[in-house]
Amino acid sequence: MQQNYFNPEIELASREYLHALQSARLIKMVENCYNNVPFYKKKFDEIGLLPADIKSIDDITKLPFTVKQDLRDNYPFGLFAVPREQLIRIHASSGTTGKQTVVGYTQHDIDIWAEGAARAIAAAGGKKGDYIHVSYGYGLFTGGLGLHYGAEKLGATAIPVSAGNTNRQMQILQDFGSDIICCTPSYAMFIGESLKAAGIDSSKLPLRAGIFGAEAWSENMRREIEKSLNIKAYDIYGLSEIAGPGVSYECCEQTGMHICEDYFYPEVVDPETLQPLPDGQFGELVFTCIGKEALPLVRYRTRDITALSHEKCACGRTLVKMLKPKGRSDDMLIIRGVNVFPSQVEHIILSLGMEPNYQIVVDRINNLDVMTVKIEMSDSLFSDSVRQVEDQENRIKAAMQATLGVSAKIKLVEPRSLPRSEGKAVRVIDNRQI
Amino acid sequence: MAIQQISVFVENKPGRLADITAFLAEGGIGIRAFSIADTTDFGILRLIVSDTQKAAQVLKNAGVAVSITEVVGISIPDVTGSFAKVVKILADAGENVEYAYAFLTPEAGHAYVIVRVDDNAKATAVLKDNGISVIDESAVL
Repeated sequence: MQQNYFNPEIELASREYLHALQSARLIKMVENCYNNVPFYKKKFDEIGLLPADIKSIDDITKLPFTVKQDLRDNYPFGLFAVPREQLIRIHASSGTTGKQTVVGYTQHDIDIWAEGAARAIAAAGGKKGDYIHVSYGYGLFTGGLGLHYGAEKLGATAIPVSAGNTNRQMQILQDFGSDIICCTPSYAMFIGESLKAAGIDSSKLPLRAGIFGAEAWSENMRREIEKSLNIKAYDIYGLSEIAGPGVSYECCEQTGMHICEDYFYPEVVDPETLQPLPDGQFGELVFTCIGKEALPLVRYRTRDITALSHEKCACGRTLVKMLKPKGRSDDMLIIRGVNVFPSQVEHIILSLGMEPNYQIVVDRINNLDVMTVKIEMSDSLFSDSVRQVEDQENRIKAAMQATLGVSAKIKLVEPRSLPRSEGKAVRVIDNRQI
Repeated sequence: MAIQQISVFVENKPGRLADITAFLAEGGIGIRAFSIADTTDFGILRLIVSDTQKAAQVLKNAGVAVSITEVVGISIPDVTGSFAKVVKILADAGENVEYAYAFLTPEAGHAYVIVRVDDNAKATAVLKDNGISVIDESAVL
């Protein structure tokens, strides 16, 4: 069977070679951080660590961790290690209290991110001459541009359809003959259903594979997508802090996602003790950006819970695999690919002058995430007029959409009706069965 | 002249209306008239009660969201076309009727109608000018 490597020199490299490469890159990175990022110099000084103390990748455990709050505290550009004129791209993802997490890229950073995405597309069977139909959103979100640059790096033809306008998606699938589609798994389901509703036989389409990520999905969903679109469905993982989609990707074996560990060095640690865990044990995934220039994050805690496997894969790749993340170690929700923090919802409610008595309920209805925000009715919100109460609901709804970037249903409930345990409200009920 | 109405937020779930009316009964509050407006998710129960302030206190203590509004009460003869005439007068005066409800009266041959408009004083004046009998709170309590 054809194994579809984009960069066999790295993807099939011996562990010894990778160890040497990672060691050299970590040493260089730590020097860069120490000399160019005051935040890291201070952190290293605090624990008495000098760049010279890092002699190989095995010394990585001597380094301090970085968390999302550090990015917020240094918003927007405080953690960048290069002068502004070297940045060629900025992306951002939603954070709490409306403040975004901002990431920057040099030309080199864009190249390595594109390399990761190209490896992912190749592993899904993509090659020169293929049409890569990118239905992730283009914009500050890394999904669209990530796969786009990956497709171009591979030498394939990128079709930047972006998300939404399903009729146009279906038309392009038919008229252009897209070979591989990239989007969120829930949108893939939706496209499959729309094709069926439109009477279009997916087995007649040239489409052969899909690369789906940016939100949690199950094996069941994989089978449903594969059936409805008549394709093979591949998982992809990434986060903007590290690069974007293509940090890791699934191969034909579909037993985990190979991490581009030549650039993004992974560890799995116990989220409580922060001690590294051996292969096979679930813990929090941590990345060190050993090959990046603009935002070289040191031991960045992703909050994703997964396990690593260094066993050689049947596909031939030696790159370490991570399992599909099975949850998060914080309260962040991923709704249709968008990060949502309960604190953001709380901030919106407070900014509208309401009491923060709310509950977020997430369901998966027809394979789409549906977020409902229940808010307790108060005398200030209430009126004898249905129209005025509905106006209030719509005002809250519009504020949620504007700030979160994802729609929420608003349900006003009676005062003191939301459950509270030990005086603390239960803020999130996630009913999704993934 | 205006009549005080108490509005109550009611979630659409079984037993909720029973709870609210029970709170009023336990508080010794009599219901003179009511109407319910409903949407998919919630309803608004609007009441004219024997003691509006006490009702509001009782319901707030029970954790219910309430709102007090002044509405206009009208007495009309129980004759075909009476209500049509009232609505026409208000429409001609540019007063929008947000909602209205009627109830039986101790006054034989008449019905009482509660209307919610934007400007009570203006509506009252225009109705009176047209010979419509506007009632005060004492008539319904």
